[in-house]
Amino acid sequence: MSETLTATTVIDPIDRDVALEAATPIVIVGHVDHGKSTLIGRLLYDTDNLEDGKVAQIIESSKKRGLAIEWSFLLDSLQIERDQGVTVDSTRLPFRLGDRQFVIVDAPGHRQFLRNMITGAADADAAVLVVDANEGAQEQTRRHAMLLRLIGIRHIIVLLNKVDLLDFDEQRVAAVRRSVTDLLGQLGLEPALFVPASARDGDNIASRSDRSPWYTGPILTEALAAVPGADSRAGLPLRLPVQDVYRFDDKRYVAGRIERGEIRVGDSLTIGAQGSVARVASIERWQAPQRDFALAGESVAITLEPDVIPDRGDLLFPPSSKPLKTARIRARLFWLRQEPLRVGESFRLRLATAEHQVTVASIDSVVRLDDLTEQAASEVPPEGFAEITLAAAEAIQFDPFTPGTADGRGVLVDRNQRIVGGAPLLGPAEVSGEHNAIHPSGGAVDAAQRRRVKGHGARVVWLTGLSGAGKSTIARHAEQLLFSQGVDVSVLDGDTLRMGLCSDLGFSEADRHENVRRAAEVARILAETGQVVVVALISPLAADRALARRIIGDSFDEVFVDTSLSVCEGRDSKGLYAAAREGKIANFTGVSAPYEAPEKPELRIAADAGSAETHARELTEFVLGKIGRG
Amino acid sequence: MDHLDQLEAQSVFILREAYRKLKPLAMLWSLGKDSNVMVWLARKAFLGRVPFPVMHVDTEKKFPEMYQFRDEYTKKWNLDLLLGYCPPVEEMDPTLPPAARSAARKTAGLANMIETHKLQGVIAGIRRDEQGTRAKERVFSPRGASHKWDIRNQPPEFWDQYATPHEEGMHIRVHPLLAWREIDIWRYIEREGIPLVDLYFAKNGKRYRSLGDKDITNPIESNASTLAEVIAELETTRTSERAGRAMDHESEDAFERLRVAGYL
Repeated sequence: MSETLTATTVIDPIDRDVALEAATPIVIVGHVDHGKSTLIGRLLYDTDNLEDGKVAQIIESSKKRGLAIEWSFLLDSLQIERDQGVTVDSTRLPFRLGDRQFVIVDAPGHRQFLRNMITGAADADAAVLVVDANEGAQEQTRRHAMLLRLIGIRHIIVLLNKVDLLDFDEQRVAAVRRSVTDLLGQLGLEPALFVPASARDGDNIASRSDRSPWYTGPILTEALAAVPGADSRAGLPLRLPVQDVYRFDDKRYVAGRIERGEIRVGDSLTIGAQGSVARVASIERWQAPQRDFALAGESVAITLEPDVIPDRGDLLFPPSSKPLKTARIRARLFWLRQEPLRVGESFRLRLATAEHQVTVASIDSVVRLDDLTEQAASEVPPEGFAEITLAAAEAIQFDPFTPGTADGRGVLVDRNQRIVGGAPLLGPAEVSGEHNAIHPSGGAVDAAQRRRVKGHGARVVWLTGLSGAGKSTIARHAEQLLFSQGVDVSVLDGDTLRMGLCSDLGFSEADRHENVRRAAEVARILAETGQVVVVALISPLAADRALARRIIGDSFDEVFVDTSLSVCEGRDSKGLYAAAREGKIANFTGVSAPYEAPEKPELRIAADAGSAETHARELTEFVLGKIGRG
Repeated sequence: MDHLDQLEAQSVFILREAYRKLKPLAMLWSLGKDSNVMVWLARKAFLGRVPFPVMHVDTEKKFPEMYQFRDEYTKKWNLDLLLGYCPPVEEMDPTLPPAARSAARKTAGLANMIETHKLQGVIAGIRRDEQGTRAKERVFSPRGASHKWDIRNQPPEFWDQYATPHEEGMHIRVHPLLAWREIDIWRYIEREGIPLVDLYFAKNGKRYRSLGDKDITNPIESNASTLAEVIAELETTRTSERAGRAMDHESEDAFERLRVAGYL
C-alpha cells in the first residue's frame, strides 16, 4: 500500500469562474432500450467529461464481458445493474459544456421504477426525451411525457435515436417526428427541438453527422447549451413557509427558506391561516455580511416584532398578496403506490413545510396511457395519473401549481409515513354538496307538509365513538323514549348495516369510508321523509364524518359518545379488543387504527360513568330541542 | 445567489429538516474536509451553534494530525463530542478484500454508536460525485434495524419532501452535502476560511486528497501547498478523488458491499 498514485494530467485550463455558476439539471427520459444510458455515456465521452479512471473502468468491464465498448456501463456503476442490464435508480453526473455546468439526471425506463425516476426528474430545468426512431413512442414514452407535464418541466428536447436504422432517411424521420409531436401536443407540451441522432455512433450528439446532410438544426450539445436558465423567483410576491422556530439565548428566530419573492427588514407579513400581522425586525446571519434583505432561494432566520410564535407550516406572505384558502382542492396526481388508489382513503398532504390531513373525496378522471385520454374511473391504478379532489378537515392555504416555482407542490404520505404520490394542486374544487344539489326524484310532498303532519322536524343525529362506547345501546334507549313521545324515529346501527346493506365491505380505510357514505345517504333519504334518524357508527375519521355532514346538510348533528379506550376495552362485550390485541383483527379502531375524536360535536355525552338510560335521556332532550318539541 | 450560495442554502434547509424531524440526532465528524464543511454549515443553520452532538467513530488508525485537530476544534467550536471505537479487524467479514475488511471496522463502530445512543438521525458528509454508489443515495436515506441500505427499494424523494422513520429501530442517514462536488467543497473552504488538517497540503511533492485510515490511504503526487493551488489543481485533474482509497479498487463490488452493509 505504499505506491504513490499519479494525479493530474493537464487538459485545457478551465475558466475559474465557471465552477461558480450553478449547474443546470437536465433529466434524460425515455422508453427502456431506446438508448438513454448509451446517449449519456457517449455524450460524456465526446465532450471530454469523463475522468480517466472511469473510461478505463468501462473499457475493462466491457472487455471482461467480451463486448465492444458499452457506453451504458458508465452509468451502471452498481454491480446489480450490470447483472440485470437495466439502470435501477436515477443517478446524477456533473457535466461541463464550454462555459456552462450541467447535472445529467439519468432516469430508468422500467415502469416499476417510476418513483426513482421522479426522484431524479423533479428538479430538472429541462428534459431530453429519447425516442427510438425505429420503434416510435412507446408506453413509457407516454408515461414519461405525462410525468414531465405533471412536474412542470416545459423545455423538452426530443432526441430521435437510432436514425441509422432508418438509413438517415429524411422522410421517415419526419414521419416519426410528426407522431411524437402529436403525442406531446395532447399533453399541451411543445418540444423545443427534435434532434435526429445515433447515440451509439455519435451522430449529431457532440459533432455534426455527415450522414444527415438535410438536418441543419442544432446538434444535441448546441441544444443543451441553449437551454434557458431557471427563472428568478425573486420578483414574485413573497412566500416564506416556516420551517422551524428556535429559541437561542432568549431570542426567538423564525427559520425557513424563501420560496419566492424577497423580504426586507421592516416589511409587514401576514402569518399563516390565523392571519396576524408582524413586522420583520431583523434578518439574522452567522459569519456572513449583514444585509437588510434576503431573496428567493435563501434559507433565512428572522426575528419578528411583535414576537409572535408561528407554527411550522405557516406561510408568511405580504398582506397584499394572499394565497388561496379552501378545504376542497382539485389536484393532479401521479400515483406511486403499487396498489390502486380509491375514493375515501386518507393521507397527510405535505405542502412545503406544512402537513394537512386530507381524504380523497373523488377521483375525477384517470389518464389512459394507451392514448392519453382522460376517462372516468373508480380507482387510480398503480403508477397511474389522475385528477382528484382532496377534502381537508380545515381550510388549507396554498398557491396553485406553477412550473418553475415551488407553488402547489403537494405530496401525499400514507399512515406509514411513506410518500405515495405527487399532487400538483390546481385550485379550489367546485362547491361541494353535490349530493344535496342533485335530487333526482324530488319528492311530491315537501318538508313543511311532512313537518305539519308529523308534528316535528326531521333530523339526523350521528353518534360516533369507539367500539364498545355504548352508541347502539344509547341509540336504542333513545329510540324508545322518542317513540313514546310520538316522534317518528329510526335507528341505523353499524352492525346491522354491515349485515345487510354493507355486507360487501371490510374495514380498510376505503371500505370504512364507503360504509359511512352509504349510512349517510340512507339517513338522508329517511330524513327527507320527515323522520328522526339516529345513526350509531364508529365513523373514526373526521374527514368521513365531514362527508356525512355534507351529504345530509343542515339537519345533521354530530354526537360524540365519549367513552375512554380503557373503559371500552374493560367492557369488551364482544371480545373484539382482546382479539385485536392478539392481532387476530386488523385495523381495529383504537388499537391498530386511529380514532379521530370530534373537535366540536353538537353534543358530547360523557359516557365513562353513568348508565345508558341516563345518557339516552340526555340525547332525547337534545333531539327534542332540535326538532321543535323541546 | 451564486452556486455556493445555492448549495449552502439547500444544505441549511436539509440540516434544519433533520433537526426538526429526527430525535435524537447526531452528526458524523470524520475530521476530513467535508465533515468540517458540514459542521460549519450546521453553525450557519443554527446561528453559530451545533445543537446536537458530533460523533467521531475512531478506528484508532488515523493520522496524529487528525487527533490534534479534533481536540483543538472541539473546544474552539464548542462541540458536544461523542467518541466511539471500532472492533478489531479479526471480527470483520473475512470474505472482504483486506482494505475493505479494515474499513468495515468503521461500519461496526458506527452501528454500535447508533444503538448506544438510540439515534434516529445520523448526518453524514458523503457526496454524489465521490463514487458511483453514492450517486444513487437519497438526501434522507432510511436504514432498517440491521442498518442495511436497501438500494433496490429506496423511497421516492422529490420537491424537498424527505423520508421519515416509520418503524421501530430504523434510522435515517441525512446527507446535506450530497449535491456538492469536490471543487465546491474547496471553494467554500476558501470563501469561508474553514480550518483543515494540513495533510491536505503538499509537502515534498505529495499531499492527501482524501483522508482515511493511515494504512489504507495513499497520498497523491502534488505540489499544491495552498488552498488556491489545490483548487487550481482540481480544476484540471482527471483522476477521481478516492483514487487513493485502497478499498474502492480491490474488486468491482467491494465498495458497494461495504455501503449496503451500512458503510458511509
